[in-house]
Amino acid sequence: MSTREYMLGNVAIARGIVEGGAQVISGYPGTPSSEIIDTLSRMDERNFYVEWSVNEKVAMEVAAGAAWSGVRSVVTMKHVGLNVAADPLMTLAYTGVKGGMVIIVADDPSCHSSQNEQDTRKYADFSLVPCLDPSTIQEAKDMIPYAFELSEKFEIPVIFRPTTRISHGKSDIEPGEIVEDRPRAHFEKLIDRWVMLPKNARVRHPHLLGIQENITKELENSSWNELSINNDSESKIGIIASGIASVYAKEAILNLGIDISFLKVGTYPVPEGLIMNMLEHADTVLVIEELEPVVEDRVRIITNKTSSCTRIIGKTGDFVPRFGELNVELCEAAITNAFGTGEKTKLTESTVDMEEMADVASIKLPLRPPAMCPGCSHRAVYYAMKNVFGNDAVYPSDIGCYTLGVQSGTVETTLCMGSSITLASGIYHAGESRPICCSIGDSTFFHTGMNGLMNAVYNKANITVTILDNRVTAMTGHQPNPGMGKTATGEPTVDISIENLCRGLGAEFVEVVDAYDRKATEEVFKRAKEYNGTSVVIAEQACVIDARRAGIRLKPYVIDVDKCTGCKQCVKFGCPAIEFDSESKHANITALCTGCGVCGQICKFDAISEVKK
Amino acid sequence: MSADKTKLDLIISGVGGQGAILASDIIGKAAVLAGVPIRAAETHGMAQRGGSVVNHIRLGCELGSMIPLHGADVLLALEPVEALRYIDSLSDDGVVIVNTQPVLPVTVTSGGDEYPDVSEIVDVLKSNHKVKVVAFNAFELAIKAGHPQAMNVVMVGAASNYLPMSKDLLIDCIKGMVPPKTVDINVNAFELGRAKV
Repeated sequence: MSTREYMLGNVAIARGIVEGGAQVISGYPGTPSSEIIDTLSRMDERNFYVEWSVNEKVAMEVAAGAAWSGVRSVVTMKHVGLNVAADPLMTLAYTGVKGGMVIIVADDPSCHSSQNEQDTRKYADFSLVPCLDPSTIQEAKDMIPYAFELSEKFEIPVIFRPTTRISHGKSDIEPGEIVEDRPRAHFEKLIDRWVMLPKNARVRHPHLLGIQENITKELENSSWNELSINNDSESKIGIIASGIASVYAKEAILNLGIDISFLKVGTYPVPEGLIMNMLEHADTVLVIEELEPVVEDRVRIITNKTSSCTRIIGKTGDFVPRFGELNVELCEAAITNAFGTGEKTKLTESTVDMEEMADVASIKLPLRPPAMCPGCSHRAVYYAMKNVFGNDAVYPSDIGCYTLGVQSGTVETTLCMGSSITLASGIYHAGESRPICCSIGDSTFFHTGMNGLMNAVYNKANITVTILDNRVTAMTGHQPNPGMGKTATGEPTVDISIENLCRGLGAEFVEVVDAYDRKATEEVFKRAKEYNGTSVVIAEQACVIDARRAGIRLKPYVIDVDKCTGCKQCVKFGCPAIEFDSESKHANITALCTGCGVCGQICKFDAISEVKK
Repeated sequence: MSADKTKLDLIISGVGGQGAILASDIIGKAAVLAGVPIRAAETHGMAQRGGSVVNHIRLGCELGSMIPLHGADVLLALEPVEALRYIDSLSDDGVVIVNTQPVLPVTVTSGGDEYPDVSEIVDVLKSNHKVKVVAFNAFELAIKAGHPQAMNVVMVGAASNYLPMSKDLLIDCIKGMVPPKTVDINVNAFELGRAKV
């Protein structure tokens, strides 16, 4: 009987964390990284501590504290989260660690669920922290225990960088042995290591630079890099591919049936010796990697250093795109364009094209963008907000499910986590005379919104801040946050009141309202708009998905066709449960209705009411 | 289709919330039990909220999880428009199995877009592509089996005729993966779908 299991990439990574004997795991949710901690926090039996922290900087410092106490720790986040945690990262490279520490940063080429597609390997290079880049899900799992050992050997944290296709891919996985040895935590008072006074930092920086050579040697000999030199062929073609791009490149090479030398790169610093060996056997080397030319630039530096005449192409020469994720077709095109004799094939990003493709043959296909759920309280708040503030107002917003409200005309900015209140402040202080009403979710407010509110109040920004409190971190998969009274593992804890928090941050106008009560919400918005200063409106209502899971069922609503005039006011509300029947000229509420009742409050003809049993 | 009987590239397309992930998980688990290597790619996160979703499943594959364009052997579409949207993923001699029950997107319910006629979609699938088309209303079959939510399992049943795993193995996986109270409904759903191909 096989011991192999079918696993999601992030579940396999969680398995790797358990196998590696991690004792403290922290993180902040972010697609595509969230299921790693979700998996660990839902395990029935645990011999480790796991938490959802309030943001990535906090999470990284919690994990660093554990690693400084001699135990193995992990911190997880998405790529943009590392911008928030970049402050501890840069100096953590100087201090190093005692227990192994793995920093898991999931990249999202093609922006499947992100505001940018930055490449974490650049951070590894910037901070001088080694980085592992898995090509398959099995490798992703196997890399984690190795990363702990590497981290402990050189007393430095290690970045592990899966991409969306690893984290949200699935595969048959062979589980490994679990490390049973769990050291007892003991914080050793190494003042010259943990206190980065200038005199200590000046010593640690050259130390960090000094260990790079040995780290490079160690990684060079690891199994994550593989070189196969083709001596038989006349052609002197070489291909270097990294991470997930290496499996696409392998399939493209198989499809094209060509003889080449191939180097798969899975570690940073890159394996210099293997690259030099490749350069000796090839007159042209094509480098295939997603996003930034990290490997390509290193290969060019090595070429210079060794006075090699080998031509290096990839991003150089426009063979491989520097944006979006790669796939087999793009790799085939790159190889054919680089080494074929025919005309250059135009590079397209096939996956994105297909999702946006609206027409096939004679049929016009309707687009199907993601939308807020039927009964989502965000839609109700936006409706009331728009009614009060109107078209002649400015609506900065933030990152969460409510960003999907961009259709409702109340989402006019999305920059990064926590940026709604601060952008609103800047727009106000610039002299914008129209009213400014921004929106931010509960978890995003805890993450980095709080600082912005304190700043707005302190600096007298005349803006309205709307906190869309659906009492969960919904978009990333319903993780608990400090406003819910429970921890990652479901343990009861203090329920942090957003209202008290806002008052504590200095806000004097703070009103709480039921998001499903349209009239009350509009009244609160009117008062907030009138108020001279920073006003805070907290619109509360549980996320519909979370409420349903908790067993809360409301009676659905129905249209009285005798009263319906076909005015479409309810249809314009944009709830997916409301359709318009163009034959009968009446609106219709479908089985998707969750019973929020907001459409009933919108109808001027009293034609929508709760189903009576 | 590939000459190698354990190799099959399958695409499941549909709408977030229809159960595309459970459908691919049933096939994935069965593949692992049958000793067939598998790679799959799924849509999670933002795109799930009622958006268009697509899962790639590669049986007998040890490389990447993304099926190249015009490379899929079977396209299992849980919704008619989502069959047409991903038709270019199918190889010239591929098979498309489509549930004819539409799910209206928000661009249609409250926007200006129109939903095309389903029979026209099926005609285009049949005429414009050299593919075998199996079209039926899986939603109605699911209701017949006992619950409309079992539509995804009806579709797995229809696809099962092409999979390199035994019917019994797939049914065992379904039994272990659906809520205990719904086992009979889902086994019925599987059988009703399987009989359609």
